Amino acid sequence: MINIYEVLETNNMIEKENLDVRTITLGISLLDCIDSDLAKVNENIYNKIKTVAKDLVATGKEIEKEFGIPIVNKRISITPIALIGGAACKKPEDFVTIAKTLDKVAKEVGVNFIGGYSALVSKGMTKADELLIRSIPQALAETDVVCSSVNLGSTKTGINMDAVRLMGDIIKETAEWTKDNDSAGCSKLVVFCNAPDDNPFMAGAFHGVTEADAIINVGVSGPGVVKTALEKVRGENFEVLCETIKKTAFKVTRVGQLVAQEASKRLGVPFGIVDLSLAPTPAIGDSVADILCEIGLEYAGAPGTTAALALLNDQVKKGGVMASSYVGGLSGAFIPVSEDQGMIDAVNAGALTLEKLEAMTCVCSVGLDMIAIPGDTKATTIAGIIADELAIGMINQKTTAVRVIPVIGKTVGENVEFGGLLGHAPIMPVNNFSCDAFVNRGGRIPAPIHSFKN
Amino acid sequence: MKKTIITVVGKDTVGIIAKVCTYLAESNINILDISQTIVNNYFNMMMIADFNNCTKSFSDVTDELDALGAEIGVVIKCQREEIFDKMHRI
Repeated sequence: MINIYEVLETNNMIEKENLDVRTITLGISLLDCIDSDLAKVNENIYNKIKTVAKDLVATGKEIEKEFGIPIVNKRISITPIALIGGAACKKPEDFVTIAKTLDKVAKEVGVNFIGGYSALVSKGMTKADELLIRSIPQALAETDVVCSSVNLGSTKTGINMDAVRLMGDIIKETAEWTKDNDSAGCSKLVVFCNAPDDNPFMAGAFHGVTEADAIINVGVSGPGVVKTALEKVRGENFEVLCETIKKTAFKVTRVGQLVAQEASKRLGVPFGIVDLSLAPTPAIGDSVADILCEIGLEYAGAPGTTAALALLNDQVKKGGVMASSYVGGLSGAFIPVSEDQGMIDAVNAGALTLEKLEAMTCVCSVGLDMIAIPGDTKATTIAGIIADELAIGMINQKTTAVRVIPVIGKTVGENVEFGGLLGHAPIMPVNNFSCDAFVNRGGRIPAPIHSFKN
Repeated sequence: MKKTIITVVGKDTVGIIAKVCTYLAESNINILDISQTIVNNYFNMMMIADFNNCTKSFSDVTDELDALGAEIGVVIKCQREEIFDKMHRI
């Protein structure tokens, strides 16, 4: 039988160490909403989401109350809209109407975000893919809760450099469209290599075409819990350190698994996966960077950071895998800058640079995330940053992503405030030596040799 | 049978257990086990309770216990047992 110390430990994690379930994400297939008439597509999408997701928020709150565990976000992911709107949309503005429908229905069912305003173009772009991509700046400027992602490469297909080059422009345009709001549109836009079909985290969530009609995916969190557990093993060797992380990750993930199963049962929607990612928030004590410091670094970014992060990421997975029947999504440690107070401190102290962050993304999910860069950064430079990051993903057979925010009108030394879970960030310097001739070549980078496993 | 864990945390004072138990009795909630300890000078009590014949909804009980806690000056939480079971038992 459960004893009082175990109960107190759990409640301490929740109350003092920010243990929470970061998100319950309901994946909804919109494949049956396809129509050649734009008005009809919009109507179908509205009706489908409204029907399937009507109880999501209420059920989430019910679970929160019964188990006493906060569920921070309730979200929806949908089939990439480039596939759904392709038959009906003849110009980018047509796609924007779908974005507005998504925004409207998401707000009506009460979710925090809806993800899947997406295109999968890892090898090539269809006309519809390109129209959707070109509609992104306007769509993100004119909606509030719609998130967009574009998969630009994979280990199997290589990197679509035409699309990478285009996304450099699109990110700049998105920044311009939302420049009165510190270019916040870019915080809802992410590009991927090896994007997973079942990611519950925003901005990159979409409901892959290989998924069932509807599915529940859950993302857990708990950097504060890991940090507190590590405080008790200061000075111990790596074996003790790793065991402690593993055990803590197990406990955190079990809560996610429980919530996922309950949500699935109550909503009558199959359980998909638990995403094991350690997701930070700007709240004090909810930071992945603080864990790195607890492992023994003065600041995130100091020599040893990549090794510490590699160790952390691997132990989180090892502990988490046993705690859940199905794991998936991104599953690793997130290292967003603006969403993690420890990362922000590290940047302000001069300990953490874009280049070090790039190295860190080699050993953890997901990538260069929530990084504010000067507004005058060239589109080709952004494309170059994307190409570098995607190459890491392609060669290492892992997911990588880029979510950078060129803040129009601001430059290095200034700060930008996004608010809420998105936090705030100092603008980081970018290497401005030209890569124009490289990214303007056109075509695609072939798949690496080790992708030919057949 | 679904069990519920009720925890009471706060500064020790006369009648905490009495008040909580009275409320539970009125709501027809059966107490299966009680344990208590003092951690960092704080009174910690845990009850394992059976809600099967409870006359109120779980959500109402949570809210009312919350209010009762505020009245006594302690924090009362009411959580389904599974969250602890899952976390601490393989």
